[in-house]
Amino acid sequence: MKRVQFEHSTIPYLFIAPQIIIIAIFFLWPAAQAVHQSFLLEDAFGLSSQFVWFKNYFDTIGDASWRQAAWFTTVFSVLVTFLSLGIALLLAVKANEVIRGARTYRTTLMWAYAIAPPVAGLMGNLMFHPLIGDLYKFLNAIGWDFNHKLDSFDAGFVVVLIAVWKQVSVNFIFFLSGLQGISKAVNEAAMMDCKSPTRRFWTITFPLLAPTTFFLMVINITYAFFETFGIIDTTTGGAPGGSTNTLVYKVFQDGFRGADLGGSSAQSVVLMLIVLALTVIQFRFIERKVHY
Amino acid sequence: MATVKLKNIKKTYPNGAVAVRGVDMAIEDGEFVVFVGPSGCGKSTMLRMVAGLENITDGEIEIDDRVINKVSPADRDVAMVFQNYALYPHMTVRGNMAYGLKNRGLPKAEINQKVTDAAKMLRIHDYLDRQPNQLSGGQRQRVAMGRAIVRDPKVFLFDEPLSNLDAKLRVQMRIEIKRLQRRMGVTSIYVTHDQTEAMTLADRLAVINDGRIEQMGAPIELYNNPATLFVASFIGAPQINLIPVQFDGKNLNSGDLQFSGFKDLPENTDLILGIRPDVLEPNNDGQLEMQVDLVEQHGAENLVYGALNGASTTDGYNTEICFKTDQNTQPAIDSVLKLHFDQNHAMVFNKETGERLI
Repeated sequence: MKRVQFEHSTIPYLFIAPQIIIIAIFFLWPAAQAVHQSFLLEDAFGLSSQFVWFKNYFDTIGDASWRQAAWFTTVFSVLVTFLSLGIALLLAVKANEVIRGARTYRTTLMWAYAIAPPVAGLMGNLMFHPLIGDLYKFLNAIGWDFNHKLDSFDAGFVVVLIAVWKQVSVNFIFFLSGLQGISKAVNEAAMMDCKSPTRRFWTITFPLLAPTTFFLMVINITYAFFETFGIIDTTTGGAPGGSTNTLVYKVFQDGFRGADLGGSSAQSVVLMLIVLALTVIQFRFIERKVHY
Repeated sequence: MATVKLKNIKKTYPNGAVAVRGVDMAIEDGEFVVFVGPSGCGKSTMLRMVAGLENITDGEIEIDDRVINKVSPADRDVAMVFQNYALYPHMTVRGNMAYGLKNRGLPKAEINQKVTDAAKMLRIHDYLDRQPNQLSGGQRQRVAMGRAIVRDPKVFLFDEPLSNLDAKLRVQMRIEIKRLQRRMGVTSIYVTHDQTEAMTLADRLAVINDGRIEQMGAPIELYNNPATLFVASFIGAPQINLIPVQFDGKNLNSGDLQFSGFKDLPENTDLILGIRPDVLEPNNDGQLEMQVDLVEQHGAENLVYGALNGASTTDGYNTEICFKTDQNTQPAIDSVLKLHFDQNHAMVFNKETGERLI
């Protein structure tokens, strides 16, 4: 590694100062606030507060609805991550093989990238609207007694579907560029060494895409945990009965709708720890298997 | 070990570009054939058609009398060494070499044996457990060769395998490839644009130009007896000297120059006189006069470059001339030399058609 030496040691700090300031104001300070709040219990009018040690944490973990949200978040994240990665990979591999009209094909597949999660949620609302929603009518027509307003499985189906649809295009872009980064000659050498395209994919293409896949997995888990907030808020709003509450959505609901600042701060600290643990696991154990 | 036959093969790309315009060739068992030509002449395309990496627009390719047009690359029993090695970056050297065998369902013990043998032959057995990115260019080249050798194929295909190596390594590997091929006796096709590589490696050399075989034969045959102007100028380094001339029934004329001793040539036709640099020698009775402007010292020999005095200038042919001499002959810059050549060693071509006349 080549190191650039600056004569004055202040210059590098000046360069990174904007980033540090942003992190401090928008992450470190709120995080510290959350940790501080999580130890306090406020009265209903927010006039006084009391230091209660870990009571908020015990309440959070002991709360059945929090555990329900934690479980839903787990299932939701796993489904969203694997489905959106899987579908995107399939599309990217197929799009990469297209020669005629490749550009149109790719652009079309990338389009959904430009849609913000809440907008995706609103579109989902229309498609699953009990009166005008085509998908709603279609699912009922094929014999599925579909009603996401009442049935928690159906509600979960809707949010997963929308979250996956929104994320596929992002993953597609990265997978496609990953595929195009694989040298043509390597593919050709593999063609001469291995007859089966499926086997070639799993022994050559997929391992060479591993860095991309790993990166996307981290991004997608984060997406499923946090960014799907907009989708859940615009579609189910956690309904029915809090069954589609993700941890983030529950933090928001309890804190801003329920005005339980202490409790929701404790929840967000727990969430922070979960994500931290997940990230450590990803980098410690999975990244080892990645060949750059 | 096998014979390879190309029967009137043609290649037209979907965008209409014609790369190969009908090539016939029969390669014998154990023969080392080199395709040489300028870039874009179609030599790589031909090789890739044999490999199965490129569709054959028309014609047939046979390996051991079996038509392989529709056979998948993995089933053709050919192995290829690529220009940029094309090693699998996520596998060790051993993994790279074993991959093709594993996919063909060979037993593990046999694969190990073959990989070890090939690695020893190529002197890469110390690196078997390294990854390609931990190897130098030359070592990667050996691994790529090893990957081809372990397959024990009917035909080796080489697509400019040495062009990414530095000059010294290139010469070394060239010799090694030739020895290996001799020892293994595997039919080989080798594509290069480097005429030295082509000359030294080939049993038979095919000079390709614009999708056609310009001439095919033993390298020295092509050097001594080029059939066309293109072959004459492509084969041989330094390049053959070409002087635009016309025949008047008795002599060849070029500007103020006159060369006697030629006959049976068409009159009033643009001709090209070709003289190899090693045919020319300084001699006060010489037919040519040059003004020296550069002497290249190559060690054992010197190459003397300069302007040819008195010759006519025609489009595409400058009046530069070069001759080869020993290291002790070192004419001064700007000195004027007389050069002599034996007309029996001179060649005459039709300028228009490129056809060799003498």
